[in-house]
Amino acid sequence: MSDRLPVRRTAKLFIAGMFPRSESGRSYEVLADDGRPLAYVAQASRKDLREAVVVARAAQPAWAGMTAYNRGQVLYRVAELMEGRRSQFESELADAGAADPARGVSAAIDRWVWYAGWADKIGQVSGSSNPVAGPYFNFTIPEPTGVVGIVAPPDQSLLGLVSRLAPAIVSGNTAVVLVSETAPLPAVSLGEVLATSDVPGGVVNLLTGRTAELLPWLAGHMDVNAIDVTGVPDDLRVEVETLAAGNVKRVHRAPHADLFDDAAQSPAEITALMEFKTVWHPVGA
Amino acid sequence: MSDPIERPPAPWDYAPAPESREIVRLQDRYGLFIGGAFVEPKSGRFFATIDPSTEEPLAEVAEAGGEDVTRAVESAREAADAWQGLSGTERAKYLYRIARRLQERSREFAVLESMNGGKPIKESRDIDLPLAAAHFFYYAGWADKLGYAFGGRTPRPLGVAGQIIPWNFPILMAAWKLAPALAAGNTAVLKPAETTPLTALLLGQVLQEAELPPGVVNIITGDGETGAALVDAAVDKIAFTGSTEVGKAIRRATAGSGKRLTLELGGKAANIVFEDAPLDQTVEGVVNGIFFNQGHVCCAGSRLLVQEPVFEVLLDKLKARLDTLRMGDPLDKNTDVGAINSKVQLDRIEALVASGVQEGAELYQPSCVLPERGFWFRPTLFTGVSQSHRIAREEIFGPVLSILTFRTPQEAVAKANNTPYGLSAGIWTEKGSRILWMAQQMRAGVVWANTFNRFDPASPFGGYKESGFGREGGVQGLAPYLALDQEAS
Amino acid sequence: MSQAAPIARVAPGPVAVPGDAARLVARSPAVDAVGLEARAASLAARSIKLDAKRFALELAIRCMDLTTLEGSDTTGKIVALCAKAVRPDPLDAAIPPVAAVCLYPQLVPVAAQQLRGTPVAVASVAGGFPSGLGTLEARLAEIRAVAADGADEIDIVLNRSLFLGGRYAEAFEELVAAREAAGSRHLKVILETGELGSYDRIRQASVLAMASGADFIKTSTGKIGVNATLPTALCMMEAVREFHAQTGRAVGVKVAGGVRTAKQAIHYLVAVHETLGMLWLTPERFRIGASSLLNDVLMQIDKGATGRYAGADYFTED
Repeated sequence: MSDRLPVRRTAKLFIAGMFPRSESGRSYEVLADDGRPLAYVAQASRKDLREAVVVARAAQPAWAGMTAYNRGQVLYRVAELMEGRRSQFESELADAGAADPARGVSAAIDRWVWYAGWADKIGQVSGSSNPVAGPYFNFTIPEPTGVVGIVAPPDQSLLGLVSRLAPAIVSGNTAVVLVSETAPLPAVSLGEVLATSDVPGGVVNLLTGRTAELLPWLAGHMDVNAIDVTGVPDDLRVEVETLAAGNVKRVHRAPHADLFDDAAQSPAEITALMEFKTVWHPVGA
Repeated sequence: MSDPIERPPAPWDYAPAPESREIVRLQDRYGLFIGGAFVEPKSGRFFATIDPSTEEPLAEVAEAGGEDVTRAVESAREAADAWQGLSGTERAKYLYRIARRLQERSREFAVLESMNGGKPIKESRDIDLPLAAAHFFYYAGWADKLGYAFGGRTPRPLGVAGQIIPWNFPILMAAWKLAPALAAGNTAVLKPAETTPLTALLLGQVLQEAELPPGVVNIITGDGETGAALVDAAVDKIAFTGSTEVGKAIRRATAGSGKRLTLELGGKAANIVFEDAPLDQTVEGVVNGIFFNQGHVCCAGSRLLVQEPVFEVLLDKLKARLDTLRMGDPLDKNTDVGAINSKVQLDRIEALVASGVQEGAELYQPSCVLPERGFWFRPTLFTGVSQSHRIAREEIFGPVLSILTFRTPQEAVAKANNTPYGLSAGIWTEKGSRILWMAQQMRAGVVWANTFNRFDPASPFGGYKESGFGREGGVQGLAPYLALDQEAS
Repeated sequence: MSQAAPIARVAPGPVAVPGDAARLVARSPAVDAVGLEARAASLAARSIKLDAKRFALELAIRCMDLTTLEGSDTTGKIVALCAKAVRPDPLDAAIPPVAAVCLYPQLVPVAAQQLRGTPVAVASVAGGFPSGLGTLEARLAEIRAVAADGADEIDIVLNRSLFLGGRYAEAFEELVAAREAAGSRHLKVILETGELGSYDRIRQASVLAMASGADFIKTSTGKIGVNATLPTALCMMEAVREFHAQTGRAVGVKVAGGVRTAKQAIHYLVAVHETLGMLWLTPERFRIGASSLLNDVLMQIDKGATGRYAGADYFTED
């Protein structure tokens, strides 16, 4: 057996539910924490990012238009599928140097479960009917903001990613994610999970590549409504937030918390990427 | 009758019915309100503030320089611990006091608001002032109930809030900013607009009467530079209402600073009329949507989208209604449309209207007589407008309505949302399911169905897209002034 | 101020056939209650002062149907009422007479005699006032009778039973028959808006009555709890405006019941002014049916002239 040549993995981008190579034809080598070569992954270009945004925008109305109950089930199924492939995720986390890969995978799966359940509750918890002083029925509902750019935390390559992605899409947003540059393989595997799940193509788009190269294009993109900058390195923060002003992007950074802690999950992470819409109507016979 | 045609008799002219200015006692000069007292500006500079309906100067107002801004922020910082340390009920009682004093002095505020800003007294008296007091009342009640507002999360004040407000609703915007900030336990530095500082300064007197602890609210007057200095100052939070352009500049200026930010910016709202709409009330809503406060309203319904079968009839009704609008002295109780707030704004409106004419849209204005002095612009309708015209895309912030048509609900949605803005929208139809569908489709933070330009402290307000982020009003309006620590579940 | 197009005189008579009645009702535009009431409130907030107020007060008198509709009305009461109608203020000849006196059929001859040679018209309720549910023959006979007795104007009631029951063609046919019975007399159709339940229904009833050939549409009988209100009247004025735009026929509006103060009267005049324009600010197209309003208007005129507040003892009861 030992002389068998292993079949190597070619890690590609995840856009529109498919796995294209970068249009630039570039790839880069990913090393394990101990320096072993692990794989070559696609190195996305700004054009790949542009394509991902187009795809995410196109997918958004239908995803938001699903019933919340249905979206919740779809995301719960992601957890189910991850559970079935946990050994792969564990080994990828181990390669990335995780201290306790099994715990990381469990926490990531549980995070999907936690957020999936919010799909049909966030509107009840954060919406309201408002007792205005006049003959009007007035209510406020949270709605997805649209297309969300996410910079996944570079460490915690799986739990960090899920902790940003799940609250973004559970409300009906679609996402374009810059995954961990140095440890992208768990994200690539998550893309494969998503592709076989019921999450519609285009709802989640995962880009591997050089964060510093892609980030300005994401932050400055005029058709991205919000950007989760939790994974943005400090030295890029000013540039990203400055570029985000171009179309008044919502800029969200999650509070510092131990990702394994319950306090790292919050409905505030969902509403941070939502809009509140208030509707008035007269009450009269 | 021998004459087959009867001609109208002589008109019934309403006699002037001016609200008395006597109730307002203006000082020649106003200092900055810092640390609970009116103080001389360290800048040493003052500027004149005028009545835009006459161009007559009303008073001199201090121009806060960098040192003054720093002093105001320090004053707010010094007051923060004690203010946060008060029980919510004590904070609430201060806010209730402010609300009451504002009610008691509301006529004075209303007159001054109309003098300094040009808005009709009937609006400042019946809308701005009652709503401003209502905001303090509403948020007073939240001050000792914050723990109930956001389940599973512990609210903490942010610290010092820098608040920059516009000239279109000076006292109301001050209330929108201060009430939730104070209820949440923050202290504040408020910067009123350059052209309309007087009611904010009068509010300083009310705060003194309420015995609000010194420094909890500081009011600094000045122009855009003062505002920029406040953005750069050592505050924890910036809340801004104004143009999208300035909002973006503030976003850039605060990049990477960690300052919390809420922006309430411009709009280009679609007011959508379906053929089954209650047309006579629709006309009122359209008029209120664009001519309320001379169209100086970020959520104004400045794009009228009319379903083709009722275009002609609605247009006729609108024109007839425009002819009844009374324009003139803002303090006359019968004035419907007052003065444009400033020369700068008038120039901008005139330039955009000229572009509309140049681009081929057809203009309609009633033939009312304009006063000789002051800044005035007639209520204006444009027909033959297409989506690509500047007057259909840019915020005019004046009494100018662009009218477009549509055929199907889908087309109305596409046109309504085809803008970088997303503050408000109007829907006029008798069909309930269509109202709800349209409301769902609108990419806008406030949707008025069969009404327009209604406001309430319990009702969250704020935009999608380039109209800003964050909400003011309602429980949702508390969140921007609180840090919410997640509790372990 | 708003001016509708000049009014072309159109021959009286129905502008629709009974088969159209249901379609007229269905096509009548919806009315949003909250928006309508808000608009009415804004009209009521107009501040009418000085000369403008004096104009309004005199106009209110000129447009007034001085009314008594009591079972206890006698010849003596009507004689006194007619005197007041012709000369509202014995001490001030400049005060104009009212438009008409309005009374029950049996008293028409008395009023006709008293008012002969004066500009004041005799108006009689008829057609089974106030319910309108007598036999059609009796109701039509009553209309013919008051016309013969000297009534210049006849105030009849819409058959709310038919209208609310959705029997629009029958309700319409009755109105057309009443129109014929009234001949050349000025015909006012009372909608009894307080029984119709919604502004949509008021607007529909307005259209039905106007199409049947009514000269005026009138709010109320004064005999039920809910009488004229400003939003109700505004709703009818909007219907009149639209009807005029569509048919060229200028129908008048009469508010009745509960109008007791000069201030209320001015609110109605402002609403007419800003909804229908100056052409409707004439007794030919606007009336206020009232009994106690006149003295309040006189007191207001006195206040305007003397600068002091008046007292009831200085104005005649009738």
